[in-house]
Amino acid sequence: MKTKPITGKAFVLGKNIDTDQIIPAAHLVYSLSDPEERKLYGKYALSGVPAEESGLPQGNIPLTREDETESEFSIIVASDNFGCGSSREHAPACLEIAGIKAIVSPSYARIFYRNSVDGGFLTPYESEEDLSKKIRTGDELEIDSEVPALINHTRGETYKLNPLGSVADIVHAGGIFAYARENGMVPR
Amino acid sequence: MGMTLTEKILAKHSGRDRVKPGDNVWVNVDVLMTHDVCGPPAISIFHREFGDDAKVWDKDKLVIIPDHYIFTKDKYANRNVDVLRAFAAEQDLPHFYDVGTDRYKGVCHVALPEEGFTRPGEVLFGTDSHTCTAGAFGQFATGIGNTDAAFIMGTGKLWVKVPETMRFVFEGGSLPPYLMAKDIILKIIGDIGVDGATYRTMEFAGPGIQALTMEDRMTLTNMAIEAGGKNGVVEPDGVTEEYVRARTDKPFEKFYSDPDAEYHSEHFYNLEELVPMVAKPHSPDNKATAEELEGVKLDRAYIGSCTGGKLSDFVAAAEIIRGHKLKIDTYIVPATTEIARGLETETLLGTPLIDIFREAGCKIGNASCAACLGGPSDTFGRLNKEEVCISSTNRNYPGRMGSKAAQVYLASPYTVAASAVTGVITDPRIFIQETVI
Ligand code: SF4
Repeated sequence: MKTKPITGKAFVLGKNIDTDQIIPAAHLVYSLSDPEERKLYGKYALSGVPAEESGLPQGNIPLTREDETESEFSIIVASDNFGCGSSREHAPACLEIAGIKAIVSPSYARIFYRNSVDGGFLTPYESEEDLSKKIRTGDELEIDSEVPALINHTRGETYKLNPLGSVADIVHAGGIFAYARENGMVPR
Repeated sequence: MGMTLTEKILAKHSGRDRVKPGDNVWVNVDVLMTHDVCGPPAISIFHREFGDDAKVWDKDKLVIIPDHYIFTKDKYANRNVDVLRAFAAEQDLPHFYDVGTDRYKGVCHVALPEEGFTRPGEVLFGTDSHTCTAGAFGQFATGIGNTDAAFIMGTGKLWVKVPETMRFVFEGGSLPPYLMAKDIILKIIGDIGVDGATYRTMEFAGPGIQALTMEDRMTLTNMAIEAGGKNGVVEPDGVTEEYVRARTDKPFEKFYSDPDAEYHSEHFYNLEELVPMVAKPHSPDNKATAEELEGVKLDRAYIGSCTGGKLSDFVAAAEIIRGHKLKIDTYIVPATTEIARGLETETLLGTPLIDIFREAGCKIGNASCAACLGGPSDTFGRLNKEEVCISSTNRNYPGRMGSKAAQVYLASPYTVAASAVTGVITDPRIFIQETVI
């Protein structure tokens, strides 16, 4: 069981953030297995989000600063239907490469959700309510995965998260391969 | 309680008598499809997890169709095709449609049916969200990521959560002469929203659907994902059988939804009441009628992709374009090489489609995804600046066809063609009535 809490700064986005905004198609050509080249995914993560909607409420905040490949933010807080659009696994992968540990959104597009879990990239938590208007980019957050709950240290607020449900075993194993090995479906 | 078509396919493939929405089941996979964007990372995960010498579970069930970034000088994009080529050789794969050979096909979701890989009752996964297109054949088909694809390559299995089914029933005989399947699906997406079917099946049924050709049914199921759907499906019938039988002798089993199957919801439409639809920037559910947008100025028109670049789409466009000089740059991109050949052999009042398009001033590209998803900067038809485009493709999120500053309106090939003739968004009924007279 992963019990260590996830902590870090919030990066806030609106609704229907699709995979072309998460990683524009022109960047899908880089290798994900080459240790140097894959860093480019961190550099371009969320680069397709219109500037005024990037890092709400103020906007005009890039996830990753110019000339860097890792972000100072760790937890994405978004409104509905995060990750809609294409099936590209480069989407959760680029966020992980940028240093994102978890996402909190009231709802996800299913392929993005599944890719995040099966690939073991990051944990997609469902919030009971839309938190994108309550949390501001830069707020210090902590996810307690036991409850589960999201604590906003900057504002002194706590919000409910939904239990992971049927994917919990795969999340805790660290992805579909680890899960299948634990259950004897794939040789160790 | 009965089961839906989708539930029956998932039950059979997981070795159960019945399944119900919410069940997590491991299914046996009949076909896995991948392409040049997601194939290389899937292959690298496959080798990482199963070893350098690992062999795929069943080479007859793996289909590799490069189609996304084909006619580009981008070195990374070309390297991806090299990775596929090396893997096909290493694994001795019979179903690899290599670029630069006469096997090259073009857009995977149209190539799969053309080559006989979409068979009723089967389970097909593909590393592309529009894999749901194949549901038009009464198949369970959905998009997955690279890790899941690598898992299937090694095991032939994948877990699936059984989806609830939303049923869309179409009354009214055949499609009115000015409507296309694209209008139907844009109307539905506009009504339920881009997350209106999240994690659910969209089943299209009723006499209005049975009257559609296979190509039209594919346009519907293709865009199930634009409403967040897990899959889109149409019950197989004589039309399906005829199409599939002409392309493969593999046996298949047809499934139908039981009369007492349980649905999440049922939605009723009458084809005769629908009108030409448009999705405004920047979301497929931002609906308007073509009539409401009459006069919106355009810079470009684009007809292509898995949803709007089939032969019947070009026949429709040619009906309107014939005899006109177009007011704006218009790009024609056949989805596959078979369709590209069709542009030369198919005629309208004695003139091949390709000549109709050339005489009108269209630019004609090679079979591939081309500008449907932007791609490298030298991609044919890509929107590189603040342009306004009307397109027969399926997505218009910011930056989808290239520049974030561009605006994309989605519409049927009829509406795109009518707008190309006038240079502003135009309801195609004006032209269609002309043709009838
Ligand atoms: S034509 Fe467009 S939507 Fe279809 S597979 Fe290619 S990029 Fe995707």
